[in-house]
Amino acid sequence: MSIALAIETLEKTFGAYPALRGVSLDVAPGELVALLGPSGSGKTTLLRAIAGLEQAEGGRVLFNGIDTRRLTLRERRIGFVFQSYALFRHLDVFENVAFGLRARPRGERPREAQIRTRVAALLELVQLGGLEKRFPSQLSGGQRQRVALARALAIEPQVLLLDEPFGALDAKVRKDLRRWLRELHARTGHTTLFVTHDQEEALELSDRVAILNQGRIEQVGTPDDVYDRPASGFVCEFLGEANRLPVEIVNGEAMFAQRALLGGFGPRPGGPAFLYVRPQHVALTDSDRDGLPGAIVAVRRHGAFKRVEVALEGLSRRLEFDLDAGAAPSLGATVCVRFTQGHVFPAQEGAG
Amino acid sequence: MSEPAGTQADASVTGESFLVRAALIAAALAFLTLFLFLPLVAVFVEAGGRGLEGYLAALSEPDALSAIRLTLLVAAISVPLNVVVGVAAAWAIARYRFRGRNLLVSLVDLPFSVSPVIAGLVYVLLFGAQGYFGPWLRAHDVEIVFALPGIVLATLFVTFPFVARELIPHMEAIGSTDEEAALTLGASPWRMFFAISLPNVKWSLLYGVLLCNARAMGEFGAVAVVSGRIRGLTATMPLHIEILYNEYNGAAAFAVASLLAGLALVTLAAKTFLEWRYADAIAAARHS
Repeated sequence: MSIALAIETLEKTFGAYPALRGVSLDVAPGELVALLGPSGSGKTTLLRAIAGLEQAEGGRVLFNGIDTRRLTLRERRIGFVFQSYALFRHLDVFENVAFGLRARPRGERPREAQIRTRVAALLELVQLGGLEKRFPSQLSGGQRQRVALARALAIEPQVLLLDEPFGALDAKVRKDLRRWLRELHARTGHTTLFVTHDQEEALELSDRVAILNQGRIEQVGTPDDVYDRPASGFVCEFLGEANRLPVEIVNGEAMFAQRALLGGFGPRPGGPAFLYVRPQHVALTDSDRDGLPGAIVAVRRHGAFKRVEVALEGLSRRLEFDLDAGAAPSLGATVCVRFTQGHVFPAQEGAG
Repeated sequence: MSEPAGTQADASVTGESFLVRAALIAAALAFLTLFLFLPLVAVFVEAGGRGLEGYLAALSEPDALSAIRLTLLVAAISVPLNVVVGVAAAWAIARYRFRGRNLLVSLVDLPFSVSPVIAGLVYVLLFGAQGYFGPWLRAHDVEIVFALPGIVLATLFVTFPFVARELIPHMEAIGSTDEEAALTLGASPWRMFFAISLPNVKWSLLYGVLLCNARAMGEFGAVAVVSGRIRGLTATMPLHIEILYNEYNGAAAFAVASLLAGLALVTLAAKTFLEWRYADAIAAARHS
């Protein structure tokens, strides 16, 4: 795999607070990578460090093999889309997009006619043709977002960096823009990194997802990889929902209350561990023998499903799982639950 | 129809009766009329007391012309200087976190809290014949006190806060993301400043400049101390007015006063006009 962007053991602290702790990541040309993590995980700091807006204390960033520490912001040619868009409020849409072209040093500056053609093409690309004379304050959130994107693309960036690109938009617009951005990326093929705290967004949009936690990358992989084969309890809980049960691993089987819940954890050393089970991997059974007895304590509507909460004996947390909307579980009923899939991680990790 | 309903709702929420509101408005108007508007009218009425010829004579007399020239010159020097220093100070305070930042913020306000007379005295103490640097200055033939440089220094001191004070809150509210965006788009720091940072705060800057200018032309106390009030040489318009008044030449005093008040009114009118003409742009700059 050739590498367009290489991040090597970046370190950054704010005062006593470590924001990045040895972050490394390679990005292939044309790849769309999501930086996913809770707030304070360092994802925005990482993006800003790549752009050169934040000075890393250790490590380095390479664009196509060139160490960026020696480059000025202009030489880095980063297309950065800020969470707040940072559109120039006193310039109209045309001038906002043209800014990067006009800001080039005299020798490299395109002629006025070229600028006009280029800006017109970019506005067409982001579907804002005809709005050249509008000012940012006269645009909707989604339109501002697209102006910011066109402005970043105008400088023909080596890497496109998007900070929470959909953060400030309402749910419907988010969905539309997400699909649109995916198509745009397919057409323009820019190497792109975007920051998000929304796991759904990361999984749906990206080629690969990097999950950050407390200034470290916990796992990098395709959406299928990270969702189906999480590397840690944190990843499992952060990507989608998961029930967590304290279990004992005996002979490769996860034991809870003297019952074998799930097998196949063979090579793992025995001892206390946590079993993570997604809501869709919980099933109700009739037979008492191979299930855990529990009582239904709540039933809530959850989109296309019914979310059922079951209280298990010996577990303070309630187990959550989904049933078809047509099912009519009765409150208080005694049921048996069985797990179809799960992930086991050592107990000391994710014990919080 | 929805709007009157809205105002009614507002009135009922804030809960003041018609009487209270009328009383408050009347009190404010009465105060403004009595203490601001009437004196201003009086200036113009008194100025016209000797008719147009007398009025023009009072203004075209050599000492008056000299005072007008000096006032405009002092404003022309001190306002641009204060713009440069004010923008620099506001930038430093709004953009950087450094040791002594709070001290700098307080220092910006210092001229507002110190009496202008003291500001003038300080410069006499520093640069006067008996002052710290007096002998050295005299040896090198540099005149500061009782000359134009002293007047400019005193005016600079008194008018310094206007530009910085207008800019600091506005710059802090806007933040530095726009500037970061400009830099990532390849702008040089110079271009970033003139194409993005300055236009972002241009309205605050303009208010600051107008207020600074009005005060620069009208300053009395500090200038009175450092200038020595040499008629026809170091007397600015406010000083000239006082000199005339002390000589019981009321009509001439009021003639010059009306011109000075007129300059202030022009400043005020310019500010109001710009606010009205660019109301949308100002609102956009503040909120988006």
